[in-house]
Amino acid sequence: MIEEKERSEPKVKQLLRKILPRVKSSIRGALPQIIAVLAAFLVGAIALLATGHSPIDAYSALLTGAFGDVFGIGQTLTQATPIIFTALAFLFAFKSGLFNIGAEGQLLFGGFTAALVGISFNNLPVFIHLPLALLAGALGGAFWGFIPAVLKAKLGAHEVITTMMLSYVAFYVTGYMVNYPFKAPGWVAQTVFVAPSAELPRILQPTQLSASIIIALILAGFIYYILERTTLGYEVRAIGLNPSAAESGGINVKKGMVLALVISGAIAGLGGAGEVLGVHRRFIEGFSPGYGWDGLAVALIGGLHPAGAVVAAILFGALRSGGMVMTRVTGVPLDIIFVLQALVVLFVAAPKLIRYLLEKGGLKWWK
Amino acid sequence: MSIAVEMRNITKSFPGVLANDKIDFVVRNGEIHGLLGENGAGKTVLMSILYGLYRPDEGQIFVNEKEVKIDSSATAIKLGIGMVHQHFMLVPSLTVAENIVLGREPTKNKVFLDMDKIMDEIKDLCDRYQLEVDPKALVHTLPVGVQQRVEILKALYREAEILILDEPTSVLTPQEVESLFKAMRTLREQGKAVIFISHKLKEVLAICDKITVLKRGKVVGTVEANETSPSELAEMMVGREVLFTYEKKNVRPEKAVLRVENLQALSDRKLLALKGISFDVCEFEILGIAGVEGNGQTELVEVLAGLREATAGNIYLDGKQVTNTSTSERIDLGVSHVPEDRHKRGLILDFSVVENLILGRHNKPPFTTGWVRLDFEKASDFADGLIQEYSIKTPSKDTLARYLSGGTQQRMIVAREFSRKPKLIIASQPTRGLDVGATEYVRKKLVEMRDQGCAILLISADLDEILGLSDRIAVVYEGKIVAIRDRSGASELELGLLMAGGKSD
Repeated sequence: MIEEKERSEPKVKQLLRKILPRVKSSIRGALPQIIAVLAAFLVGAIALLATGHSPIDAYSALLTGAFGDVFGIGQTLTQATPIIFTALAFLFAFKSGLFNIGAEGQLLFGGFTAALVGISFNNLPVFIHLPLALLAGALGGAFWGFIPAVLKAKLGAHEVITTMMLSYVAFYVTGYMVNYPFKAPGWVAQTVFVAPSAELPRILQPTQLSASIIIALILAGFIYYILERTTLGYEVRAIGLNPSAAESGGINVKKGMVLALVISGAIAGLGGAGEVLGVHRRFIEGFSPGYGWDGLAVALIGGLHPAGAVVAAILFGALRSGGMVMTRVTGVPLDIIFVLQALVVLFVAAPKLIRYLLEKGGLKWWK
Repeated sequence: MSIAVEMRNITKSFPGVLANDKIDFVVRNGEIHGLLGENGAGKTVLMSILYGLYRPDEGQIFVNEKEVKIDSSATAIKLGIGMVHQHFMLVPSLTVAENIVLGREPTKNKVFLDMDKIMDEIKDLCDRYQLEVDPKALVHTLPVGVQQRVEILKALYREAEILILDEPTSVLTPQEVESLFKAMRTLREQGKAVIFISHKLKEVLAICDKITVLKRGKVVGTVEANETSPSELAEMMVGREVLFTYEKKNVRPEKAVLRVENLQALSDRKLLALKGISFDVCEFEILGIAGVEGNGQTELVEVLAGLREATAGNIYLDGKQVTNTSTSERIDLGVSHVPEDRHKRGLILDFSVVENLILGRHNKPPFTTGWVRLDFEKASDFADGLIQEYSIKTPSKDTLARYLSGGTQQRMIVAREFSRKPKLIIASQPTRGLDVGATEYVRKKLVEMRDQGCAILLISADLDEILGLSDRIAVVYEGKIVAIRDRSGASELELGLLMAGGKSD
């Protein structure tokens, strides 16, 4: 035993030596984001002081609320899950140079199509029904991404306008559907529950955390792989960085853009399916409190890297779940959470300011 | 004659580059002084320091024998220094007069433009320096040569005594160059000091009194123009003899690889840019297309590469009709393309060397067998091979293309395109902005490919390049081919005339 330990230790050290520089360099790469978050909390503290609250009390309540116990962690991850999807959706389209700000609509529409499949079959086995419902969600979102993609490719309509407008269309179309044709009995505009065979299992009772988080994490790795290691990803990045050169290299730019937006929509749609099948178990009118918009901010905070998107989404999730606890415990209004979110975005969007702060702080090694 | 400018011991470094290394530089009044050197030799940096765009790390500047600190171009202008940039700084939608006075407009009651006074002043200026231009013309309607004259007038209006011209001839026809030279001589007679930045030996010799040669940020020497020779200057510039002529295999081309019939296409502004062009290019042949830029060359290249739609006419490749097929189909049929703008069309600047080198091949074996996995190990090995073969000077194959020099970037494009074993190479302005070494390399490679049987369509605004490389020469003017000549039957004078829209007889 002892011998084995001795032999294995250098291996561990070797491994560490391999991994450490990587960890170090990725932390260094994420430093502007980390500083931005810290700066946001600092300014938030000033706001708290100005309104007569103790920042230390507020922040510690926030922290323990978000990560202090299993329940908090579950809530945090539940809140983070849909934002991971929408952030990945935004990121993927962005890599092809497209500004898909309509993840909200793609999420809603995908959620609705997933719900449709979920409520339409009653006696399918789980291993068929659940994948089918998830696939339906992805396809629904993909379809909602395909419309602006075609408008862009055929007519040159700018995707910022079309994706945003289609978000409202999705909101009202799904709203109509659950108010009339697919309305469950009762007062609430929602569908009936999906069949148990279409439910995503809850993985951390009693919280609502579902297996959707696992799909989200796998998807983040998968997106990274697609972008960095496949021909499709190569083409998508080429188009995003320089469409003219990509075209000269024989890449079909229009086709690539359509594909990127369709995939982006599918990612958001899958996120909607995860909410419907995992959290609510039914489609409720306007169940998203703006996950699509949060995804945009989270993708940017995460430095447009899939791993960064996951971390930033968890930060947003933590702010939401911890914020509730903070309000309950300290009486600080929940609005401070939105102030913090906005500040993080603001500081991330001001890289020059951060760089200035870093240089003033003598952190030359960051370069 | 009195000294207009003296720069003493000027040093300027940028991260990783020593752009100017203890440079001494003296220009006298009534002198045209050539500043000669390869790209990246430090000419433009030195002049940007003089014009107040950069501040030197060390060194002193004297204007009219008084030491000065030039901390902005406003200061430089006050000191009587004017600069005509490579890319004009004119407002296209304003008139010539409005552009000239911009920033120091004469006014009535400090509110209204005094148009009469402006017109008078400009007329005086034009007469004094014999620079003809219509002050009421809108700048965007003027040919490039005239726009440049407006830039010069702008500097003179600001009472420039020292005029810096940054590569002024690179966009001009031979005739326009002549008229620019005439204007420069007038300025010299008026006692102005003119600094002429260039990397074209012939022009520097034709117009300058003195020539200072820079190399890698240092002064190699200053020589009297009438006591030196092109080969001496070239040697000073690159430190060795430069090849000016290219040995070509003597082959009689027979088989046409590219045949173009009555080709028409629209420009970006939806105007007819190609008005029925016909020609062919054979194997073992370089067909040079001479012409001033903007006469349809860009559109022609894009139509041939599958990047722009042909509105009429036919393109045949090896006898096969390929009009309006996709770019990737043409790549598969053996068309390689060296684009005129390597940053816009040639490279993806934020891609690594490896990623750039596989562009166009990234979706084919051995790098991938389908859509899915792109084998970056194979790509990396492939890149190693090209880096060796084409001596691409890069710190590593993972370096972003953005951080490489212009010459290295062009080598990457050449490596990528030529290693595809193409049947046809479309080379558009392949040596633009490259230094002598890189230029020579690209030209030699083109000849090498020709000697191996490749058909080459060479589009260049540099007439020397066309004359030096081509087997046949076509002249394009306003979207038409106005003449095709065998190299042996073409004279520079005739081609220059044709390029400017004149008749050859």
